[in-house]
Amino acid sequence: MEEFAALVDALVYTRSRNEKLRLIAEYLRTTPDPDRGWALAAMTDGLSFPAVKASTIRNLMMERVDPVLWVLSRDFVGDTAETASLLWPEPQADVTPPPSVTEAVDALASMTRVSVMAELPKLLDRLDATGRYALIKLSTGGMRIGVSARLAKTAFAQAFGVAVEDVEEYWHGLQPPYAPLFAWAADGAPPPDSGDVPLFRPFMLAHPLDDVVVDLEDYVAEWKWDGIRVQLVHAGGETRLYSRTGDDISGSFPEMAEALTFPAVLDGELLVRGSHQGGAAGGAASFNALQQRLGRKTVSARMLSEYPAFVRLYDVLIIEGEDLRELPWHARRARLEALMPRLPSERFDISAVVEARHFEHLAEIRSGARDEAIEGLMLKRRDSPYVAGRRTGLWYKWKRDPLLVDCVLMYAQRGNGKRSSFYSDYTFGCWDGDPDTGAELLPVGKAYFGFTDEELKQIDRYVRNHTVNRFGPVRETDRSLVFEVAFDSVHASKRHKSGLAMRFPRISRIRWDKPAEEADRVDALRALIRD
Amino acid sequence: MARHSSAMPADFSWIRAEPHGIHLAPADCWIDPARPVGRALVTHGHGDHARGGHGETIATPATLAIMELRYQTREGAAPVEYGQTIRLPGGVAATFIPAGHVLGSAQILLEHAGERVIVTGDYKRRADPTCPPFEVTPCDVFITEATFGLPVFCHPPVAQEVAKLTKALSDHPDRCVLVGAYALGKAQRLIAELRAAGHHAPIYLHGAMERMCRLYEDFGVGLGELRLVADHSKDDLRSTIVVCPPGALNDRWSRRLPDPITAMASGWMRVRQRARQRNVELPLVISDHADWGELTRTIEEVNPAETWITHGREEALLRWCQLHQRRARALALVGYEDEDD
Ligand SMILES: [Zn+2]
Ligand SMILES: [Zn+2]
Repeated sequence: MEEFAALVDALVYTRSRNEKLRLIAEYLRTTPDPDRGWALAAMTDGLSFPAVKASTIRNLMMERVDPVLWVLSRDFVGDTAETASLLWPEPQADVTPPPSVTEAVDALASMTRVSVMAELPKLLDRLDATGRYALIKLSTGGMRIGVSARLAKTAFAQAFGVAVEDVEEYWHGLQPPYAPLFAWAADGAPPPDSGDVPLFRPFMLAHPLDDVVVDLEDYVAEWKWDGIRVQLVHAGGETRLYSRTGDDISGSFPEMAEALTFPAVLDGELLVRGSHQGGAAGGAASFNALQQRLGRKTVSARMLSEYPAFVRLYDVLIIEGEDLRELPWHARRARLEALMPRLPSERFDISAVVEARHFEHLAEIRSGARDEAIEGLMLKRRDSPYVAGRRTGLWYKWKRDPLLVDCVLMYAQRGNGKRSSFYSDYTFGCWDGDPDTGAELLPVGKAYFGFTDEELKQIDRYVRNHTVNRFGPVRETDRSLVFEVAFDSVHASKRHKSGLAMRFPRISRIRWDKPAEEADRVDALRALIRD
Repeated sequence: MARHSSAMPADFSWIRAEPHGIHLAPADCWIDPARPVGRALVTHGHGDHARGGHGETIATPATLAIMELRYQTREGAAPVEYGQTIRLPGGVAATFIPAGHVLGSAQILLEHAGERVIVTGDYKRRADPTCPPFEVTPCDVFITEATFGLPVFCHPPVAQEVAKLTKALSDHPDRCVLVGAYALGKAQRLIAELRAAGHHAPIYLHGAMERMCRLYEDFGVGLGELRLVADHSKDDLRSTIVVCPPGALNDRWSRRLPDPITAMASGWMRVRQRARQRNVELPLVISDHADWGELTRTIEEVNPAETWITHGREEALLRWCQLHQRRARALALVGYEDEDD
């Protein structure tokens, strides 16, 4: 437990992604089984101990610390786990040495709501403050130490020199402490057997097209739809829907989980049916409509009928045990087309191939596409296999030109890591009326990229010289600098005072030349809403 | 020494907490006043206790020297040695006793009409190579600070924190460790502790640290070889310890350093959120104030009839006094701040 506690502590203070990877990889390499597997489960949210709740910790403390001193301490520290770890009375008598992670996990798993009040203190008594912090975080779930599941898996791959796509693929069929995964990665055992489990397969991804021109003899074009990329997997009589990150989102889309009834792995775009766009092409609603459905644990009948989901298929990876990923795209496409009659049409359609005579023609088609459900084009090499990750030259995404608006810099905040000495996160606004007759700026978005290092230095200097107010890491500026902000779309939002939210805003140009009064008005932005 | 039982009237009307300091009426004299007065007794040189512009300033020679460095004036300086008792007008006697906080820091024992009051200023109980240790002195009223007056504050042994620092240094030979430390006291104590731990390499300073370090050396506190960052290139600074004021940690100034590991030496580093707010990667829990255990132990050892609490988290210390059947009250003083400590 001491090593795990030291790791948790170091991760809390580390801002750099590379350093976090290094710390986790080092721990995974040097820690024995099954401790490292349990630790990995803790970092990827794979552990749950129903007997231990935040209130359990509070109740334990009430038995040991004056309630007034507890409240004053908790208010100052701001975190129950940390306060408890610091206030836990050091045991008087000699105690047994600290438990291993495995011992702690076993003990926690065997606790009940009743026994926890007697059993958890025995573990806490064997640890120092750092160890207690790690134990309480681990036992109450959700470590929240700035490590995503993806980061932990990447660290795992780095620790043993294996591909993170392989880790993702095997991961989903396994339970903590992932013994077969460690045996494979660390000791060269055969890969874990996926068997009859609906496993996630890592997605094939695209590079931005940028300045590349491709020959349409070699590449085929498809629309890139503005939903969320999903993978549908049916195996062992069960269907699961996975997001880009491999999260199981079947619960939010039960109608999709029911729609695939034979063993297969399909790749497509999850969309919601909408009436106001797409028309005969099989209308999809905007991303905003889809958002109504995301992240819900339970789905009401009303939700299902108002925002019915469907998947527009791009590709097929596996059919009835036959792995098609090595086949060229055109062969997989033929198999996909042949498959369509077996799928219910209200839940599935196929992403149409865009016919173009040559590249210039394609560019014309792209710039003419005004459907909101289209994000741009995909270009796929006709002879390319389906490979995990982003492989140069196989797939390109060619996004539609972004929308642009001129905004005024209002607040700047210090960045993280390497950028911590720079004001690099910007909140900008548009006018709520005519600036000459006393209109005010309303914040419309935030962006922290789109500029070069040199520009960052210039903006940083500008912010320091034009500060009118400071709140902790944030500076309010005198509202004199104009940014040209690029974004993909804009939606109505009740959460923001301006009533709208931009998708993917980024700084496209710094308009040193432009007076703030000439920046755009909120109305101009509102006119672009297409919900 | 227990005075709870004596039939002493809880009078002490000669000493009063005013919003801007503690006032001794018979002597018309103030302790650590927040604004200029005719005559001031000053416990130590930190900015929230020592201010310029008084007609007469009574303090230890080191505190006076620190004030001179900060305010460029020695007018009205009246030095008092530790243990020396001075007679003030109106029958008040004042004795300066080591407080163990920083160079020159003192508790002030005040005696009048048979009543004894101690004002601690800031203090700590740990050993500190840069100043003499706190002396427990009996009194009727103990006026204590409470900067770290919450039971979560328990400062670890300083050697353990210094070891964290030297380990980070040897783990990252291409980088430097940049330590934010309060320019008066913390910086010199940290350097002295590093020397005691066998770190004899040159230590590099932010320009704002230089004169105070020299003053410490003039008072006989050896700090080893110190160099100024400004005189050296990025490459020179690899694998070194650099000390700067906390305010410079995330400042543009630090861009001249080779990929610094950001550390900070402060009692607040005990709380993770405090460290993260400052972007600190290597928190060093080193404080020049008493932690909760020391605050409460000191009250028990001094065993006063009453405890008055000046600044910090007085609510929790009041609660502790109440739980332990000790008379206590909080003084509403203004102008004392949390030092970056
Ligand atoms: Zn002080
Ligand atoms: Zn103070």
